[in-house]
Amino acid sequence: MHLPAILPWGAADGFSKQMLLVILSVVIIATFFLLAARKQQLVPGKLQFAGEAAYGFVRNSIAKDIIGGRDFIKYVPLLFSLFFFILVNNIYGAIPVIQLPSFSHVGGAYVLAAIVYVTWIGIGIKKNGLRYFKLATVPSGVPVYILPIVIPIEIISNFLVRPVTHSLRLFATMLAGHLIVMIAGSGIEYLVMQENVLLKGTSVLVLAGAIAMYMLEALIMALQAYVFTLLTAIYIEGALHADSH
Amino acid sequence: MNQLIISAATEGAEAANPLVPNLWEMGVVLAGFAVLFFIVVKFVVPMFEKTFAERAEAIEGGIAKAEKAQAEASAALEEYKQQLTDARAEANRIREEARAEGALILAELKEKAAAESARITAQAHAQIESERQAAVVSLRSEVGTLATTLAGRIVGETLEDDARAARVVDRFLADLETQNAGVAK
Repeated sequence: MHLPAILPWGAADGFSKQMLLVILSVVIIATFFLLAARKQQLVPGKLQFAGEAAYGFVRNSIAKDIIGGRDFIKYVPLLFSLFFFILVNNIYGAIPVIQLPSFSHVGGAYVLAAIVYVTWIGIGIKKNGLRYFKLATVPSGVPVYILPIVIPIEIISNFLVRPVTHSLRLFATMLAGHLIVMIAGSGIEYLVMQENVLLKGTSVLVLAGAIAMYMLEALIMALQAYVFTLLTAIYIEGALHADSH
Repeated sequence: MNQLIISAATEGAEAANPLVPNLWEMGVVLAGFAVLFFIVVKFVVPMFEKTFAERAEAIEGGIAKAEKAQAEASAALEEYKQQLTDARAEANRIREEARAEGALILAELKEKAAAESARITAQAHAQIESERQAAVVSLRSEVGTLATTLAGRIVGETLEDDARAARVVDRFLADLETQNAGVAK
């Protein structure tokens, strides 16, 4: 699933369109928020208001609501960066001509999931010491004779499956959406080129379906950015308050 | 065209498993995310948090200010009420004083007027008395002269002789007085 590189043109392992888009996304996000935050006023202008609304969404609806307490503010930068990095890279898929969600290439999703994985385990150990692994795998209030079954399940679900599902969820939805829209596009092209008029006419149906799928994809792109960030917040919260779970 | 798509697809399927990442892409995402994270930590979050804090402070400060103003206003109202009460009491006091003073002045004036009238009356009495005395004295001399002149005419004899005339008059008056005293008794 690797597109031919831009530089050197057409090579298998060069600088690809996906890499360009990832770098572009950093520029877009940084520029927007630096501009929005540059002239801070108590009564915000339009740009500042938009920036504050976006920042406030991650800060209050994700970080504050999930992590809560007084130290949620420490994790706002990570959640904020994750949300907008994923959002912009996903939305690429809905923009004509660009039409490539960066995370339809699995590498990026692995990287982000790994960052989150390291982060929440680090938080858990820092907060609870090595006892954290016991807290995370031995649920309280479970009869002793069930523990031999529960503990392996907890280990697998928390430490092995979690990062995999975290990354693959993002990657798979982006890839699938990308594929569906692309296949619908190719299908329309194929049907339009048919000589049979009736067969050619069915391309309208595919077009309608493709538009519907496009809308759905646009929704999923935003939703997956939210889901990824929300799960990150939940993992961090779980690590912070491991002793009360 | 179709051939091309199909061949590309089969080639891709042979060439790469979608779950196997491209290391370069991972590197770019890692580096890109690190840069973004740095900018966010260093600039974006502090700037927004500063504004949020300032805004919260402005609102809370405004509330505090409003509360202070209200407290001041109610204090001022209390003060005005107090002053008003004081002023009323003062006015009452002054009115009472004025009334008392007025009564005093009136009494004084009355007294003075009474004294004055008494004085005027006494003076009038004295004057009348003295005038009466004067009248009596002048009458006495004139009556003497008149009577002697009259008597002279009647008698035909002059009573010009002062000594004699005085004696006659004195005797007459003495008679008159004894007569008067007898009448008065």
